[in-house]
Amino acid sequence: MLLTLTECAPLTADVHRWTLAGPNGVTRPGQFVQIALPGLYLRRPISVCDWTENTLTLVFRQVGAGTAKMAALRPGEQVDVLSPLGNGFDPEACGCRPLLAGGGVGLPPLIGLGRALLKKGCQPILAAGFRHAADLFLVDEARSLGLETVVVTEDGSAGEKGLVTDVLDRLSFDSLCACGPLPMLKALHHRVRVPSQFSLEERMGCGFGACMGCSIQTKEGPKRVCADGPVFRGEALDW
Amino acid sequence: MTEHDLRVSLSGVELDNPVIPASGTFGFGQEFTPYYDINCLGSLSFKGTTAEARFGNPTPRIAECPAGMLNSVGLQNPGVRHVIAGELPALRKIFRKPIIANISGFSVQDYVEAAALLSREEQVAILEINISCPNVRHGGMAFGTSPEAAAEITRAVKKVATRPVYMKLSPNVTDIVAIARACEEAGADGLSLINTLLGMRIDLKRRRPVLANTMGGYSGPGIFPIALRMVWQVTGAVSIPVIGMGGITTAADVIEMMMAGASAVQVGAANLINPTACREIIDALPAEMDRLGIRRLRDIQRVS
Repeated sequence: MLLTLTECAPLTADVHRWTLAGPNGVTRPGQFVQIALPGLYLRRPISVCDWTENTLTLVFRQVGAGTAKMAALRPGEQVDVLSPLGNGFDPEACGCRPLLAGGGVGLPPLIGLGRALLKKGCQPILAAGFRHAADLFLVDEARSLGLETVVVTEDGSAGEKGLVTDVLDRLSFDSLCACGPLPMLKALHHRVRVPSQFSLEERMGCGFGACMGCSIQTKEGPKRVCADGPVFRGEALDW
Repeated sequence: MTEHDLRVSLSGVELDNPVIPASGTFGFGQEFTPYYDINCLGSLSFKGTTAEARFGNPTPRIAECPAGMLNSVGLQNPGVRHVIAGELPALRKIFRKPIIANISGFSVQDYVEAAALLSREEQVAILEINISCPNVRHGGMAFGTSPEAAAEITRAVKKVATRPVYMKLSPNVTDIVAIARACEEAGADGLSLINTLLGMRIDLKRRRPVLANTMGGYSGPGIFPIALRMVWQVTGAVSIPVIGMGGITTAADVIEMMMAGASAVQVGAANLINPTACREIIDALPAEMDRLGIRRLRDIQRVS
């Protein structure tokens, strides 16, 4: 589908927000889309930060050739998007007090999830981890949604000093949804005893289950991160 | 508007049109049904299967390339028995046409076992024997890089097969014509070419190969001229039909590949970046034929 880029704005030195207009089909937080970019063969998978029927918000870090091209696109451009992809988080599988744990660029899908959980009447708490104060993004957006938000930075320059896992002990929650670097997800899995959902990242080919480029081994057999995930129950994953 | 005849024939198997999704880029069809009714396809070559289940290689398995991509999936599949019990009955519900069974192996016995089992499947019209996977050790491509080994697999599979046998050849050889001739002499009913070209990328920041398996198969429009050249060379040297593949992305590519000598074509990487690629190519063929003054597609096969 062709969507119209209506906003491309920097949130930090290397994190950008895209807003796309047009019907996108997204039904669940944690789904993702594949973006075709001129001059690149493969589409680039980007998680959905938030959405309405006719708008899509993507927040991404500029890390390579694809995201560099994305950051350089200007509003008004038509963008070829494959959407929606992946299973997403299941808000129904969360308790009434879910912890949403996000590290760096793993944070965006937790915004849409937080909104869905608030709408459902849950009281989610967001733990957002960054390196430095200068890296903070989406924190104001989370708070303005009404999400109780705990900020953690590695150097203590904003919020609490440490990692997301360091604040677990003083928070009370009955379920966990997490997205971020694999070491963070592993640490969370080993520390937490509540029902959990983890969003994984893997280099993808097609993004819709055909190429087997993003397969992982799980306790339930081989799974495709794109089509069987990207969200998996913690107990299903082979940590 | 003239009547367009898109029909082609592969060893007596009649196809409504020459467009076939290539093995490994189309699964068993299920992933594409949300995008279109796949019954418009000429046929479908399903994800390569092996005697035993395989997980394949570690990730990353995919890398971006100019005009294409690398993959090092490594023949991930649930094994031929699971394919027959689960995947083929599900495929039958969404696809009514003859299918091509793609088979890989690590020994002659592996190929024979899978070929014998898949020969009993009613919907399977052709066996496509992959002796060209660049992503597994001790097998796959090892059989496709020597004329003797290619002939040995061909003969062994022909003994048990009750369907036409097409050998899928590797471009990673000095002389693909010698391999093609060896397969023909050993009794192959047809050939499929080309598989991917062995390639590699390095992650500059991490200073290590992008792919966990270091090397992978390069596919996409970048390989089209190489594939076309090899189809030309091979169809000039053998008299069995050839399915041409390698970077086909447009209706014009289909016609060009048939003019090079292909009896039908497979579309691979294009499916992965655009799930409706095959349908778009099929839909565009009549207009492209009009533009070129072609009424019957099979008439253009092999220009001189």
